[in-house]
Amino acid sequence: MPLLEVRDLTVVFERKGEKPFTAVDHVSFDVEPGQTVGLVGESGCGKSVTSLAIMGLLPRRGARVSGSVQYEGVNLLSLSDREMRDKRGRDLGMVFQDPLSSLNPVIPIGVQVTEVLERHRDMPRKKAMLEAAELLDKVGIPDPTRRLSEYPHQLSGGMRQRALIAIALACRPRLLIADEPTTALDVTIQAQILALLKELVHDLGTALVMITHDLGVVAGLCDEVNVLYAGRVVEKAHRHELFAAPRHPYTHGLLSSIPRLDAPRGEKLNPIRGSVSDNIPWSEGCAFAPRCPNKLDVCVRVTPEQEDIGGGRLLRCHNPVKPPVAEEVSA
Amino acid sequence: MVTPTRKKDRIDSLAGSSADAGVSLAASAWRTLRRSPVFLTGATIISLFVLVSLLSPWLAPHDPSDPMLIDQVVKARNQIPPVQDGHPLGGDLQGRDFFSRLLIGSQQTLIVGVLATLIGLAGGLTLGTLAGAFGGWVDSVVMRLVDVMLSLPSLLLAFSISAMFARPNQYTVIVAVAVVQIPVFARLLRGSMLAQRHSDHVLAATALGVKPGAIVFRHMLPNSLGPVIVQSTLVLATAIIDAAALSFLGLGNPDDRIPEWGQMLGDVQNVFDTHPQLAFWPAGCIIVVALGFTLMGETLREALDPKSRR
Repeated sequence: MPLLEVRDLTVVFERKGEKPFTAVDHVSFDVEPGQTVGLVGESGCGKSVTSLAIMGLLPRRGARVSGSVQYEGVNLLSLSDREMRDKRGRDLGMVFQDPLSSLNPVIPIGVQVTEVLERHRDMPRKKAMLEAAELLDKVGIPDPTRRLSEYPHQLSGGMRQRALIAIALACRPRLLIADEPTTALDVTIQAQILALLKELVHDLGTALVMITHDLGVVAGLCDEVNVLYAGRVVEKAHRHELFAAPRHPYTHGLLSSIPRLDAPRGEKLNPIRGSVSDNIPWSEGCAFAPRCPNKLDVCVRVTPEQEDIGGGRLLRCHNPVKPPVAEEVSA
Repeated sequence: MVTPTRKKDRIDSLAGSSADAGVSLAASAWRTLRRSPVFLTGATIISLFVLVSLLSPWLAPHDPSDPMLIDQVVKARNQIPPVQDGHPLGGDLQGRDFFSRLLIGSQQTLIVGVLATLIGLAGGLTLGTLAGAFGGWVDSVVMRLVDVMLSLPSLLLAFSISAMFARPNQYTVIVAVAVVQIPVFARLLRGSMLAQRHSDHVLAATALGVKPGAIVFRHMLPNSLGPVIVQSTLVLATAIIDAAALSFLGLGNPDDRIPEWGQMLGDVQNVFDTHPQLAFWPAGCIIVVALGFTLMGETLREALDPKSRR
């Protein structure tokens, strides 16, 4: 049984006097225990909203969440506020994008780590402090006992993200959601943080949902990848297969837009033309059609359904990219 | 020969986080303030003022309610006891030692200023926390109440409140001045609480399952207090001025055995043109003390502003 089973998760933002906006549209995916699953897509495709919906962090008013999110067989969407509060931090951890603004600026790091321990594991303050120092040590913060009494502004960006990871993992949740955890960091630190995450989820057996727009992150970390476009999953595949043979034109475009070191100098970058349109046009045809190089007439008339194309792959496209060479795919 | 220490300071500040170890917001603000001449000026004025008012019973050369110079007062010709031996500022209209009254008067001013600010702060914090923590209809109700109070000019509101009391005394002044400050604090706190509500670290704390009470009191309130603390030092100045204004207009303590600067100003209204010094001293004291609090408040605001911190 999967640890997390997201089925037809739909989030509609409603405002009085405005047309409802569907940010996430029937998204389904599974996370097995210990598995790392990537949610990939460009800004505004609904990645972050998906993660907030799973954590139950969307505002009650204004956001209508439907579908189901089964965690160990319990539908998180049907839990009361109080029950959900007990789950957060204990069973489900989350790491946010900006490590500076995600830490409380006026209380020391130590208190922020022990807060979770006291809350979910009923630890007395002293014991929690020792545990906190151990946690900071585990995420690679040198001199952890001294760091406990420091404030977020005294830590470097990488340290802060390490501290946040320590806080998120303090109660050993079985599922960790990382929402673009490396976006606010510089490249060298990014690599360190990713290595740390990889190591920790491996050691603790934590399942990880990695939300990112960076395909490099996906390549290094994820077992399975869901590519989101305009609120829907357009392609789902294992990492190797996705990189070897992207089938959806969007995934293909994303991969071929990455600049390559071995490309001849002077070769131009290869972007996907256009940008995500505000109103998701999934109701009539494919949302990607206006930007799609493989567009057919049917694409603007009939909404493509999600199809199982074998090998655990799902695809939502009328005219997918042909796999480059047949043997390579099966390999 | 300041260069070596300057250089050391600069190196320290360049060394950044290592020299900064375990420095809280307050401690780092204090480090900035210690070197600010404006803050030091304000702080000196205020410490002098507090010291004088605490020690005034011993500092005052005479009993402030004793009409010892009454034989020098000739009402018909607005004759007022002049500066003389033992009476450095002369006497007032009732022949009491003016210098002693000025000294003792600082006591009342301090009490009124501090108490009014504290009461206003307590009320404002309660209302602001309620509005900011709950939002929704609680916020709307509290804020409409605050709007009503803010729609009246503050001094007018204070007059109305103190006029409501049948027999004004020093406590009615405090209440009147305090009530006027409540909406200012409430609105300020509510604003910064709301900003905190949608901040990333509150979302992060929520994502950790932290309980709502802890979110409000550990994560939202402490982060919202900065502007309120600053405002309270500024309100101290306003409260002193407002209290003086109330006393000046006769809505203060009618018992003039306990001197108060505003009341002293009011008493001498009729002789301003012939004896300006009687107005000059209490007015000067009010201005200097209010200035002291304002200087402190403004520099405190700069020091506590996270954006200006290094």
